[in-house]
Amino acid sequence: MTTVTLTVNGKPATAQVEPRTLLVELLREQLGLTGTHVGCDTSQCGACVVHVDGVSVKSCTLLAVQAEGAQVMTIEGLANGNDLHPMQAAFREHHGLQCGFCTPGMVMSAVDFAKRHKSPTEQQVRVWLEGNLCRCTGYHNIVKAILAGTEAMGRTAS
Amino acid sequence: MTAQGIGVALRRKEDARFLTGRGTYTDDINRPGQVYAYILRSPHAHASLGGMDTAKAKAAPGVLAVFTGTDMQVGGLPCGWAVKSKDGTPMAEPPHPVLAQGKVRHVGDPVAVVIAATRAEAKDASELIEIDYKVLPAAVTVADALKPGASPLHDKAPGNLCFDWHLGDKGAVDAAFAKAAHVTKIEIVNNRLVANPVEPRAAIGEFDRGTGEYTLYTTSQNPHVIRLLMGAFVLQLPEHKLRVVAPDVGGGFGSKIFHYAEEAIVTWASAKVGKPIKWTAERGESFASDAHGRDHVTHAELALDKNGKFLALRVATLANMGAYLSTFAPSVPTYLYATLLAGTYTTPAIYAEVKAAFTNTVPVDAYRGAGRPEACFVIERLVDTAAREMKIDPVDLRRRNFIAKDAYPYQTPVALVYDSGDYFTTLDMALKSGDHAGFDKRRQDSAKRNKLRGLGIATYIEACGIAPSAVAGALGARAGLYETAEVRVHPTGSITLFTGSHSHGQGHETTFAQLVSERLGIPTEMIDVVHGDTNKIPFGMGTYGSRSLAVGGSAVVKALDKVVNKGKKIAAHLLEASEADIEFKDGKFTVAGTDKNVPFAQIAFSAYVPHNYPIDELEPGLDETAFYDPKNFTYPAGCHIAEVEIDRDTGEVEVVKFTAADDFGRIINPLIVEGQVHGGLAQGIGQALYENAVYDEDGQLLSGSFMDYCMPRADHLPSFSVATNVTLCTHNPLGVKGCGEAGAIGAPAAVINAVVNALAPLGVTDIGMPATPERVWRAIAEHNMPNAAE
Repeated sequence: MTTVTLTVNGKPATAQVEPRTLLVELLREQLGLTGTHVGCDTSQCGACVVHVDGVSVKSCTLLAVQAEGAQVMTIEGLANGNDLHPMQAAFREHHGLQCGFCTPGMVMSAVDFAKRHKSPTEQQVRVWLEGNLCRCTGYHNIVKAILAGTEAMGRTAS
Repeated sequence: MTAQGIGVALRRKEDARFLTGRGTYTDDINRPGQVYAYILRSPHAHASLGGMDTAKAKAAPGVLAVFTGTDMQVGGLPCGWAVKSKDGTPMAEPPHPVLAQGKVRHVGDPVAVVIAATRAEAKDASELIEIDYKVLPAAVTVADALKPGASPLHDKAPGNLCFDWHLGDKGAVDAAFAKAAHVTKIEIVNNRLVANPVEPRAAIGEFDRGTGEYTLYTTSQNPHVIRLLMGAFVLQLPEHKLRVVAPDVGGGFGSKIFHYAEEAIVTWASAKVGKPIKWTAERGESFASDAHGRDHVTHAELALDKNGKFLALRVATLANMGAYLSTFAPSVPTYLYATLLAGTYTTPAIYAEVKAAFTNTVPVDAYRGAGRPEACFVIERLVDTAAREMKIDPVDLRRRNFIAKDAYPYQTPVALVYDSGDYFTTLDMALKSGDHAGFDKRRQDSAKRNKLRGLGIATYIEACGIAPSAVAGALGARAGLYETAEVRVHPTGSITLFTGSHSHGQGHETTFAQLVSERLGIPTEMIDVVHGDTNKIPFGMGTYGSRSLAVGGSAVVKALDKVVNKGKKIAAHLLEASEADIEFKDGKFTVAGTDKNVPFAQIAFSAYVPHNYPIDELEPGLDETAFYDPKNFTYPAGCHIAEVEIDRDTGEVEVVKFTAADDFGRIINPLIVEGQVHGGLAQGIGQALYENAVYDEDGQLLSGSFMDYCMPRADHLPSFSVATNVTLCTHNPLGVKGCGEAGAIGAPAAVINAVVNALAPLGVTDIGMPATPERVWRAIAEHNMPNAAE
């Protein structure tokens, strides 16, 4: 077993893990943060996307020990108390989720997208979502939500 | 109407928890003392089991137990629908063991289970199990399985035949073909699909030694059905000692209807081991063990008179059942398929023959649409092909054959009675919304960019709101198909609604709350909808076949009627009026023609604090339950138009425009309905262009991961244009028809018709699904360069 120390949603966390433990396993099974989901074994579906040092990462592609010293943010850390983050609010407003399983990864990925794009096109959103699978929505409302959420984040920042 | 009632695009109540990571899916649940199961599965498609040595696995670190089929002597997984062959003989219904008994029949067939302290330890130990497999020849297609001399899968299914079934009037069809001016013939492969909800299946079994009660948490669309099947048939547990909970479920699309081996394994083993046991599928296991969909091979012929009027339809289908009968498998290629072959048309004579066989593949069962997409594809490919052959405009040919607006109720030649519809208006809406008139110009614009553009139309009808129990029973169902609702009014006037339907993305917590809000005049914030727990809900048949609102919603209306009726009695007492004079409107009970009234919340309080109450005539409390059994199926219908652009050099097909016009009857929440259509369209386009479950001839699943099985992604799809036409269902209290499957039914035929339309100038008349770049490129190459080999 190895000790890993990191910051998760602004709070320090320490855990004993097997070297083969994935970051998503540490989050879900040891830290109890079950908002981050696992939908595949091959890093295809994106349900497990979290932010590591501010960048969206599939937490199934990272060993827990690789996150030593990192700042990790999960879906549980995104809202400000009871106030939804603008991207979360946009997903609600535009019905960008149905079963909710892919949603945490979609939202975390979308927040990173919004940080990198000021006035994105629909096509840019669709290409960005290459790494996130949704089986419920046909992506139509997710794309709408991300465009609206990106705009709202821009307004908040300015 | 209140601001939150019927017809309002209310934002969803359930979203708050899903958006903040606070949903509770099965794998999110952890029980005290929980351990983990890993299922060892067959790597072979067909083999007999020789010796099995589990000693090393049992001695491995963390391992609590290893069980094989020898240890787990329980009932087999039952089939819930029985079909008879043409000659009246019952279908072959061979045993479906939970853990393999002497033989394995598909890659992924469960052979043993390892229980250990961690997932990793259970999986590590499974690799130490030694099994002596004697590999047998495999058959993966129906044609191969039915060949004389094919290796038999089951002792109880001679020749691998499950059933040889038919429907319709063969004599009338033969006579109509004899006088036809034109006959159109097609060969169709309806490709095998994997439902692939993003949440993999999972199950936790727990046994309480104190009470003797078992609890199963499972990713199910219908927990009461699982309790019934597993309790009564597999484990012989009485229902009062078995609780099944289906908490938040991450999508189903049919694949989570069925009772699966892993549910029985963790439940049974939890008592043996004395600890709660969790199993969660890896995605590779999902591919190898979730029921697949479709997999039909069909020859179809349409007879027409010289004016293009349909005279008769003749269909012969080979349906792949996979290695075992999944829970509702026999209903899919029979009563959910052949009964829909009239489509939206007046075809007077129809005859369908369906041969179903066992093969060395994952069992096949209902997947979004279940039989109806297969029927729609047969009809709409025939119609487009006939239009081309007879040089009739495909829109015109459809109009010539639509069922007339005033023909309802309409009896089809394949058993169904359509209660309402208007296919002309729906078609016109789609043509207008999709700018059909402007297509030629768009085609020319595409040509300037060296792209081939095509437009394809499909109309569809589906039978939803499954189902009148007596009808379903006569057709072979072994269960009733009603739904239940309980409206529990609390003393201060808030409401908990318990429904036997299950929401796994459909938004019942919002839509059903809107029904209550509309009727009782209470804000939806005061209404919670509870589903998915056999200990909380009286009973439930669950969610599939677009039945939740048509059947489950009707049960809610019935229970609300009872609440209002009892409320009127209480109000009459409080207002010192006759019950007959009490009206209920806008949340108030009023004496007709006066302003004397009492609000709903006060009635609720009086019911629970009956100080001033007609106690001699009426029981206290306000908590009403209703069961609703539908009178007929509902018949949503619509018209989908796809436009594609094809790259001549790569064969890549892009859906550049997609228009849907659908008739779902009355719409409760338009936002949710549109979302359902979008999702169905993506799955339908996925079937047409991307998705394919491919087996090699040895029965290995080649497309067994998201690396190989092409799931539609955001950049594969366009934004959709969605419109609705409304003709009300005539036989349920809400007038609703159901919207869950429509997209997946109409889209495949619309897209393939568009691809063929785009390639038609080259002489292409057909293309198989999925129309991959390779397939399309080959079609272009063959037709474009006839002399290439010279």
